[in-house]
Amino acid sequence: MSAIVLLVLGLGAMAAGYFLYARFIAERIYRLDPDYKTPAHEYEDGVDYVPTNRFVLWGHHFTSVAGAAPIVGPAIAVIWGWLPAFLWVVLGTIFFAGVHDTGAIWASVRNKAKSVGALTGDVVGKRARSIFMIVIFLVLLMVNAVFAVVIAGLMMNFSSAVVPVWGAILVALIIGQLIYRRLLSLPMVSILGVIALYALIGIGPSVPIQMPAEVAGLSGNAVWILILFGYAAIASLLPVWVLLQPRDYINGLQLFIGLIVLYGAILLMNPTLVAPAFNDNVPAGTPSLLPLLFVTIACGAISGFHGLVSSGTTSKQLNKETDARFVGYFGAIGEGMLALAAILAATAGFATFADWQAMYTAFGQGGVNAFVEGGAFIIHNGIGLPEATAATLLTVMAALFAGTTMDTGLRLQRYIFQEWGEIYNQQWMKKSAPATLLAVGSCLLLAFGAGGADGSGGLIIWPLFGTTNQLLAGLTLLVITVMLVRLKRPMAYTLVPLCFLLVMTIAALLIQLRSFLEQGNHFLLVLDIVVLIAAILVAMECASALKRSRAETLESQE
Amino acid sequence: MSDDRDPHDPRLERIRAWLGQARFFAEEIYSTRYRGAIARARRDEDDLFMLLVFSEMMGLSNPVAYYTLELQPLLLERFHDWHRRMGMEHSPLDHFKCC
Repeated sequence: MSAIVLLVLGLGAMAAGYFLYARFIAERIYRLDPDYKTPAHEYEDGVDYVPTNRFVLWGHHFTSVAGAAPIVGPAIAVIWGWLPAFLWVVLGTIFFAGVHDTGAIWASVRNKAKSVGALTGDVVGKRARSIFMIVIFLVLLMVNAVFAVVIAGLMMNFSSAVVPVWGAILVALIIGQLIYRRLLSLPMVSILGVIALYALIGIGPSVPIQMPAEVAGLSGNAVWILILFGYAAIASLLPVWVLLQPRDYINGLQLFIGLIVLYGAILLMNPTLVAPAFNDNVPAGTPSLLPLLFVTIACGAISGFHGLVSSGTTSKQLNKETDARFVGYFGAIGEGMLALAAILAATAGFATFADWQAMYTAFGQGGVNAFVEGGAFIIHNGIGLPEATAATLLTVMAALFAGTTMDTGLRLQRYIFQEWGEIYNQQWMKKSAPATLLAVGSCLLLAFGAGGADGSGGLIIWPLFGTTNQLLAGLTLLVITVMLVRLKRPMAYTLVPLCFLLVMTIAALLIQLRSFLEQGNHFLLVLDIVVLIAAILVAMECASALKRSRAETLESQE
Repeated sequence: MSDDRDPHDPRLERIRAWLGQARFFAEEIYSTRYRGAIARARRDEDDLFMLLVFSEMMGLSNPVAYYTLELQPLLLERFHDWHRRMGMEHSPLDHFKCC
């Protein structure tokens, strides 16, 4: 099958979702009101609450939620064939993610721009709030560990990307200074920054840096993981304008350029999907598609992390309530487009079926490496860029994204430790440095504990990360559903996705529990049980909260 | 050549307007994400400065009190913001009532 046909089908369906389904949801279910005074106007303070142009806000929202996860997840999930991954990404974006992201903004805007965490406490109950905190901590822990493993793998496999990836950080530091000291105007700095970044990508293949397979008794992979956490710890402690702000900006520009190059190359080359629609011949040890597909692809179909961004910074800056549809739903579509590009690269970017099979030798193999190699094949044949340069470009894109998510995640984890220091009155834990060390320590424990001393097995926890992320999405959907019940509006549009997610999450956890038990991996077994308990608590919380609020509404009707 | 440089050439005006728009969007996108964090950091620094200016009133000796005394009226409004932000309805200082 031609990749262009799949591309057009996917984009067409998402566009229809935006123009038809999103309009229905926004007008009939959430009933977004253009005259409602949003928190950005009500509490305008120039610090957190600032009414912002919707295109700018969309750019902020999309670049905050888009990370390496919508690339890694789909690129792993195509092991079951391209059709299941494609359907889940497209339908998930239309009926799950868009509704969830728009809903999270709406729920927050209608409640003084509170975060989902605080809303869970207010709308559902205190108990649910505690569960929420635990789930958030688990998500952050796993995201940091997984992404460190992903970047380390990329650095080992694509040595040409080492110079551009670390050079990009230097570029960001310089840009930050140029802007902070007002030495050059921003458009000028943007152009120079992008040129510098792509020049680094251009020279990358001629100056490869290969970490030796073993350094001082540690594997090369493990050394990269340690270096990455060292970097992330420092980055998360620096003032934001020094590194985070310029790097996110240059990353955002790079994301758009990368997406245009990849989509353009697909259109020019029109590759054939070499992978089968359904893979009947999956490698031994691959878990069953149902339910694991739905937790392997979280970001790109539905992800709880989006709810944190939607209700964190986005809702405080929403100019008009009706903008929530554009910012939230179209933000989800942007993420879906990234996931679609990952599916196409990982299934059409190979010359033959045998090449593809050689990449996907076991579950968890392939993944982001398949995305890089497949995408490079398409870019090379589509627009004639040398394959090594194209691979460097995509590696830099994936690594920078994962890096951004890592230091943001580490910063958030540090806040959680500091908050615990506050709650349990531990003075030392309130300080930034010890809290960061605790965060790094817990992530390292997971990265190495999950896969042994070389850290290469860290990707085993990818589906576990997916389940936790879906649980978070489930809690956000619960808040929205309870609000809808109280307003006496139809609740099916959020309740059905909620139930689907909970069933798939719990089923996936049980299946994984069995496989960890069989493998004798006690570390992950314990982690799985912790997530499973959280999942069951969330499910019970859903049942009781909905029952309670239905009873309340019926009572008020009588 | 000369009419090419006419500052009121509608084409040039349009390009300039477009560039201005592009600049506005770039700057907004650059600043939106971290606006809050940076404003808070700045506010912390301003608070420290205010502490220096008002240090004598809190019993901390200030070698440059002669100069900072002059600054006190200028900081009046910011001081009012500060004590409201810290959850105090009225000024906590005996000799410095702002409201």
